[in-house]
Amino acid sequence: MPEGPLIYRQRLTTRITHWLWAVSLFFLMLTGLQIFNAFPSLHIGKEAGFDYDNAILEIGAREVGGEVQGVTRILGAEFDTTGVLGLSDGEARAFPAALTIPSKTSLATGRIIHFFFAWVLVGTLAVWLVASALNGHLRQLIPSRADLRALPRDIADHARLRFHHTGEYSVLQKLAYASVLFVALPLMILTGLSMSPGFNAAAPWLLEVFGGRQTARTIHFLTMVALVGFFAVHMAMILLAGPLNEMRSILTGWYRTDGGKDA
Amino acid sequence: MLDRRKLLLGSAALALSGCKVFDSATDRDSALRNLFASHEGLTRAAQRAVIGDRLAPEFSEADIRQGQRPNGSVNPDGAEYRRMAGTGFRDYRLTVTGLVDSPQSLSLADLTALPSRTQITRHDCVEGWSCIAKWQGVPLGTVLKLAQPKLTARYAVFQCFDAIERSLSGEVFYYESIDLIDAFHPQTILAYAMNGAPLPVANGAPLRLRVERQLGYKMAKYVHTIELVDSLASLGFGKGSYWADRGYEWYAGI
Repeated sequence: MPEGPLIYRQRLTTRITHWLWAVSLFFLMLTGLQIFNAFPSLHIGKEAGFDYDNAILEIGAREVGGEVQGVTRILGAEFDTTGVLGLSDGEARAFPAALTIPSKTSLATGRIIHFFFAWVLVGTLAVWLVASALNGHLRQLIPSRADLRALPRDIADHARLRFHHTGEYSVLQKLAYASVLFVALPLMILTGLSMSPGFNAAAPWLLEVFGGRQTARTIHFLTMVALVGFFAVHMAMILLAGPLNEMRSILTGWYRTDGGKDA
Repeated sequence: MLDRRKLLLGSAALALSGCKVFDSATDRDSALRNLFASHEGLTRAAQRAVIGDRLAPEFSEADIRQGQRPNGSVNPDGAEYRRMAGTGFRDYRLTVTGLVDSPQSLSLADLTALPSRTQITRHDCVEGWSCIAKWQGVPLGTVLKLAQPKLTARYAVFQCFDAIERSLSGEVFYYESIDLIDAFHPQTILAYAMNGAPLPVANGAPLRLRVERQLGYKMAKYVHTIELVDSLASLGFGKGSYWADRGYEWYAGI
């Protein structure tokens, strides 16, 4: 446990935007799975192939010898996912009730909640970008040349679960947060907009960038999977680095450091 | 410390109960639902501001790689529709009525005699799939100009032959509506042909709407009447379309 002085590490805007993202992403993911369930496959190209196959993922249910099975097909390889994907609680549905909002099947409700929080996410990102550019937080997230030189050592330290508690982010933290804020979230927003027939009229070039509406939908899904991966690592790091101190800093702003004996 | 515990308990409760806590959002006109649905006005205003009168993307013949997937009603079973389908829609009439100075009754021959527009566009279903097809028809604006809308007209309502369900008060027929911005958009057409052939019954014969900058459910099939109105409140449950009455967005640009 760090024993150095308490420092004021997270500004109010950083803390508020953090929690708005946490709430928005929670709803966006679970309503997103509800929406996915209405057409539980992912395709490459402008359209979904019905008379030809351009699917890279399909989740469904089928009857085998009088018994219904949940089946997931990824790049042509089939997996029996009964109980989780394709068939859960005796109901044929891609993602189970526990992973969708609402729990029952309702595409219309999933959509209105999804778009509501999409606006919250976009608004929060805009406020954060402006505030962070003004208060210098943005610079704290972009790795410097010295940071990148320290990358091998930071990886080795993380692998040994040896964490440094200072007022600054380590290079791996910077890379992780920067890739979420500057890559994953913008990618989510842009691929989301690419699925909108209205927005397609405003920016047809965006469709070309992503390779068509169905490819954009697939990238939207895969970026969600990457964000879930980030979330898992984020949680693990909080637990390993001292959950009380980490939670205090993102709730109150105050963080206990190592006391400068280590950098 | 206390905050953290509350937070952990809260998230545990949320995880344990699945996501049933938010199921009240499915109830029509619940406070929770209305809060979430409040995005629709913002979405429409924002989209209208950035789209203006731009065209939906159009595609090439090479992009037509399959037939148009039909969805919803694929074969209306009303007696009148069945009789007309049996005679190649020879006595079909499109009625244009409501807030117009010159109500119209147009046969398929009348409609095909008007200048047509052909477009290869992508049909996006609210479920998530897309399908590219070639549509030919008469611009809705051309037909509306024949009927001369009154200044008070704000929406075009499309009444259809297909009954989607039967309720206690009788059959519930499909209907849709768009505002006059979309109604007079050059790609908004009343299509009578698809992929170079007369519109098949499964895809809405003899006449269906194409509103290319919105989702598939806006593009009513089996249209028999277009009514110009100043308010959508008196139709169905008052939301302006069969699916809007059932919780989907009336403005379906997203």
